[in-house]
Amino acid sequence: MEEVTKERFVYADNAATTPVAPEVAEAMTPYFTAVWGNPSSMYSKGREARKALDSARERASKVLGCAPNELYFTSGGTEADNWALKGGARFMREKQGRTHVITSTIEHPAVLRSCEALEREGFRVSRVNVCKNGILDMDELRRTLDGDTAIVAVMYANNEIGTIQPIEEISKLAHEAGALMFTDAVQAVGSIPVDVNALGVDMLSLSGHKLGAPKGIGALYMRRGLKINKYIDGGGQERGMRSGTENLPYIAGLAEALELAASRMDDMERIRRMRDRLADYILKNIPHTIYNGDPSRRLPGNLNISFEYIEGESLLLLLDMAGICISTGSACSSNSLEPSHVLLALGLPAEKAHGSMRVSLSHGNTDEDVDYIIEKLPGIVSRLRSMSPIYPGDDK
Amino acid sequence: MQYSEKVMDHFAHPRNVGEIENADGVGTVGNATCGDIMQMFLKIENDVIVDVKFKTFGCGAAIATSSMATELIKGHTVKEALELTNKAVVEALDGLPPIKIHCSVLAEEAVRAALADYYTKIGREIDFEVPEKDEEACHIIPEE
Ligand SMILES: Cc1ncc(COP(=O)(O)O)c(C=O)c1O
Repeated sequence: MEEVTKERFVYADNAATTPVAPEVAEAMTPYFTAVWGNPSSMYSKGREARKALDSARERASKVLGCAPNELYFTSGGTEADNWALKGGARFMREKQGRTHVITSTIEHPAVLRSCEALEREGFRVSRVNVCKNGILDMDELRRTLDGDTAIVAVMYANNEIGTIQPIEEISKLAHEAGALMFTDAVQAVGSIPVDVNALGVDMLSLSGHKLGAPKGIGALYMRRGLKINKYIDGGGQERGMRSGTENLPYIAGLAEALELAASRMDDMERIRRMRDRLADYILKNIPHTIYNGDPSRRLPGNLNISFEYIEGESLLLLLDMAGICISTGSACSSNSLEPSHVLLALGLPAEKAHGSMRVSLSHGNTDEDVDYIIEKLPGIVSRLRSMSPIYPGDDK
Repeated sequence: MQYSEKVMDHFAHPRNVGEIENADGVGTVGNATCGDIMQMFLKIENDVIVDVKFKTFGCGAAIATSSMATELIKGHTVKEALELTNKAVVEALDGLPPIKIHCSVLAEEAVRAALADYYTKIGREIDFEVPEKDEEACHIIPEE
């Protein structure tokens, strides 16, 4: 069997994480070396840290179109999701006796597992289906909303298939029912322009490491006037809502990354073209492939394709040997025993979900990267198919 | 999750891949829904496995365990091949992540299924356990 050779390193898994942008690393450095005071201290060393914290909050909120006091820094997307959903649901139960939580079938585990936790507390959870293209079934949402609905949680953009949900419309429906609206925008922020007011949401989560900031920093936007249950008790930081001495270097990094991403939004057109070129090539030249998700209502860097008759983990490992990093929705590639719940929710049979590949491109990728994937991928797919006892042949 | 070097070697350079025409025994186990199917072909002379080939649809561990299983039975007698256990396959590969142990079970079953086919073809009574076809549940061995 032919040796898989590596001539290049191509990172095409930016939906998993992104490298820290050099500008961001540089912007963070002073907060390790010079401005290390506690923002809560009253002397000048503390005041300079406070000033930096305020400035970072202001810069970050400007990018999102909110006021600085509507933004709370967290340890990442998972914390923001947990806080928004659990805090929002409990708040609405205490204030209005509402006990119904509505979400979608394709949310990130941070939301899905939080919903399960709420079920154990006595909440009723409805998981609205998506259509074949991965967009929420709006009729089902309308039928599911009721006067008991405490909160609606639908992600802005999906991490596996990149589909972008009609959040404005969903917000409107949620509010008509008197419910809170929360969106997990972890994959959207940095890849598409995000304006919290245009979206009409009450809460929105984001994560730094998806947009060139480090892992372990994120934020929750919470509309002014809304004071859901606080998340961490302690010294009263983050306006009493999320205690703990602020992680100033990372917060400064997040603010820098948000501004940088906003200034690079034009580059998304280039990324979209690279993505489409790769998609076209694969669909035209590799037989038995399935395009997963919606072709237009989609993050510009995201591509998700299933190769029938092969299994995704094998594909991932061989591509890795060629120097290419991608991810797969196969059960075997994770610690779970089920293939991707997102692909199954599209109605894809399990055997086709096992053979899926997610490519997520970002600013660091070039046309040469796409050329290299195009050079390596077909041979690797055929190699696995030649070993597959169920492969019917290219022309079948 | 981390694979041993041996597993990666057998995954990257699988031994005995392919089919045998007019094989004396062919066995297929697993199903596509669960994400792994193994097919084993045997050439048998005087009750000795003189050649063996496999085809596998599945993850890295599925390919590596099939490959290792073929190595472990090639040149051995039918009786010896029937003694192959999934544990022996795992040991020969310097271990498998707990969640992948079921792949080694599948490899053992593929050998048995091919041998059962051989027994049937030559009209010998099958005096060993043959894996049942279960299309329903995926083969999961609980973590130890
Ligand atoms: C849609 C979505 N939500 C939440 C998260 C979790 O974010 P974090 O890794 O910052 O906890 C991720 C990324 O892993 C994600 O893709």
